[in-house]
Order: sequence, then C-alpha cells, then structure tokens
Amino acid sequence: MKLKLLIIAILIITSCKHENKTVDKSVVIAKKEISDDVSLNDIELEVYDYNGFKKFLNRKDDKIYVINFWATWCAPCVKELPYFEKLRGQYSDKNVEVILVSLDFPHLYESKLKPFIKERKLKSKVIALDDVDMDTWIPKVSKDWSGAIPATIIYRNDNNKFFEGSFTYEALETEVKHFLN
Amino acid sequence: MKKAVQIMSVVCAVFFISAFTVYETTTIGDGYKIGDVAEDFSLKNVDDNMVSLSDYKDAKGFIVTFTCNTCPYAVMYEDRLIALNKKYASKGYPVIAIMPNNTDVKPGDSMEAMKTRAKNKGFTFPYLIDAGQKVYPKYGATKTPHVFLLQKTDRGNVVKYIGAIDDNYKDASAVKTRYVENAVDALLEGKDVKQTETKAIGCSIKV
Repeated sequence: MKLKLLIIAILIITSCKHENKTVDKSVVIAKKEISDDVSLNDIELEVYDYNGFKKFLNRKDDKIYVINFWATWCAPCVKELPYFEKLRGQYSDKNVEVILVSLDFPHLYESKLKPFIKERKLKSKVIALDDVDMDTWIPKVSKDWSGAIPATIIYRNDNNKFFEGSFTYEALETEVKHFLN
Repeated sequence: MKKAVQIMSVVCAVFFISAFTVYETTTIGDGYKIGDVAEDFSLKNVDDNMVSLSDYKDAKGFIVTFTCNTCPYAVMYEDRLIALNKKYASKGYPVIAIMPNNTDVKPGDSMEAMKTRAKNKGFTFPYLIDAGQKVYPKYGATKTPHVFLLQKTDRGNVVKYIGAIDDNYKDASAVKTRYVENAVDALLEGKDVKQTETKAIGCSIKV
C-alpha cells in the first residue's frame, strides 16, 4: 500500500513538473504571437454570460456533451486538455461533442486565450464564459461544484454527471462510455 | 429514510468521483460545515514565528482565508484582503491567510516567495504556510481564495461563513455584495449571518 502511494506520489510530482514546463512554453509562444494580429483575428471567440451559456448544458438532441471548464492559467486544466482533444478525435463520429469553456479573464482573451487556442491547434469548440456573479451560476451548473477548476460535466439529454478535479484519458473515456451504452 | 438514501447516494458519488480524481484529495462533503467548531493550528508565518488562533486573546473571531501567490484569482483579491484586515482587525476579526499548496508543485508559493509577496504588498496579517497540508483538508478548502469566517465562542471557534470575499473578482469598485463584510458586520451586531455560503471560481489547491 505504501509502495503504491509512493508510486502515485512520484507520478504526480513528475507529471506536474512536466506540466509546468508545458505552461511556460505556452506563455513564451503566446508572447511571441501577440504581434501576429492577422491570424489571431481568424479565431472567433464566442463569449457568453451564464444566461447565454446555459443552452450548452441543456441540449436534448441525444448527443453526448462533454463540457470542460478550464482556463489557460490553470495548470491541471492545461494538462488534461489533450485528453479532451483525443476524446473528440476518437468519439466525434460516435455522437460525442466536446466543448471547452474558458474561464480566462476577459482582458486576456486576445493576449493569452486566442494565442493558446491557435498554438495548441485546439479542434474542440472553445467558448468563453464571462459572468462575475459566480455564486448565482456555479450552483446552477452543479450543486456539487465548489468552484475549483478543472471541472467537467458529461450529459446526454436528462442524464448528467459532474466531476470536480482532473481526468486521465482512461477515466474520461470510461465515463463517456457509460453514456454511450 | 428518503434522506438516508440521498445521503448514501451522495457518499457513493463522492467515492466514485474521488476514484478518478488524481489531484484532489479533498472531495465535496469533507471539511467544516456552518456551525462546526474549527480546530486550532500552529503554522509558520512569513516572519518565521509559529501562529495559532489561540494567540489572539482579544479576538472575537477570525477571517481565515486560504490564498496563495500563484493563483490569478487570489492575486486579484490581495488588496481586498488587506482592506478587510484594516477594517476588521481592530474590531476583533483579523485576517489569517494560509497558503495551502504543495510548494514542490508550485515553487512560486514557497516560503521564500511568500515572504517576498507579503513584504512587497505590505501584508498586515499573518501569511502562514500549511507545510504539511494537514490544515486545509480539515477546513474542506478546495481552492484559492477560499474564506472561512470563525466566531470565537465558549465551545470554540465556530464556522459562520464559507465562500468568496465578494461577488466581483474582476472589479472591486463594481462589487454589489460584500459577502465577508456582511457576515462580519452581522456577527459584530450580534445577528445571524444571512448568506452563510457562496461559490466562486478558484484555483484548485495543489497537492
């Protein structure tokens, strides 16, 4: 048991080190591309307040929606983004849609978020949620959400499941499969 | 009976979620609830002294705030934390800031970095490090910033409010409801806190 814990601890520590490097790299690249206005203008970012956003949580078209709340400043969020991208790649033809909901600060949409989307070549739909009245909308997303990110909702019609915390790809895939069957 | 089933299903859900949660050791449902008595602690301050709540003989309570150097949300609230301490320490409710992150994961939250931040910002309150990461799970803090307002009573320091500082992280001048101030004011007037819990986005505590 102790050995298992030790292994997990080592895995977490090493994965986090890796994650820090990745974040640093993205910062550098973001800075480099701030001047690259033309291509960044090609990225259209839909920005919603909660009232505008809630439709993404209430679709009844039998599709499985995987809604991930993240931000470029959130290291564990950035670490798990590739898993959501991989999920999109493997399951988009199986009635699964991934939506990445950025909680980045609005004044950093141009300088941080858009360059990030461009550099990472994110294929999933990215939208931004900008609504300061968090005590009103967080409980509407899920009564179990403390407000920490990353957080994810998976739903199909009226069935939904909420997760506060990080995913591995395997865990994410397993959860989505529950909705497929 | 129905309630018992509900509670059981929540417990099951928590176990199920925690099975897939690599980073979070605290899950929803753990930690203090409103009305619970918070345990005291002894944590190292940025001045190298150990600080406990029991050191504050004259305090009526405490604005215990889990915060850190590296979370953008926490940084946006630094000035407001200073203002809270300025307004309420003299009235018996000092701010006690606790940095809960694992500093191996977040070197920017190391004791040295905390000292620098406290000095540069002119923190007038203790900025403590939860070095063993034993305190924040007891409180049930999940993110930074995360406030726990305590009132000193005969049975101990009772949790009176849990949540955010106010309702506008972006702009202090556009705040409509000052959750913590309202709660402290109510306690100072001997009244019940009206809004005992609020939710806000924050950075998950790094373990």
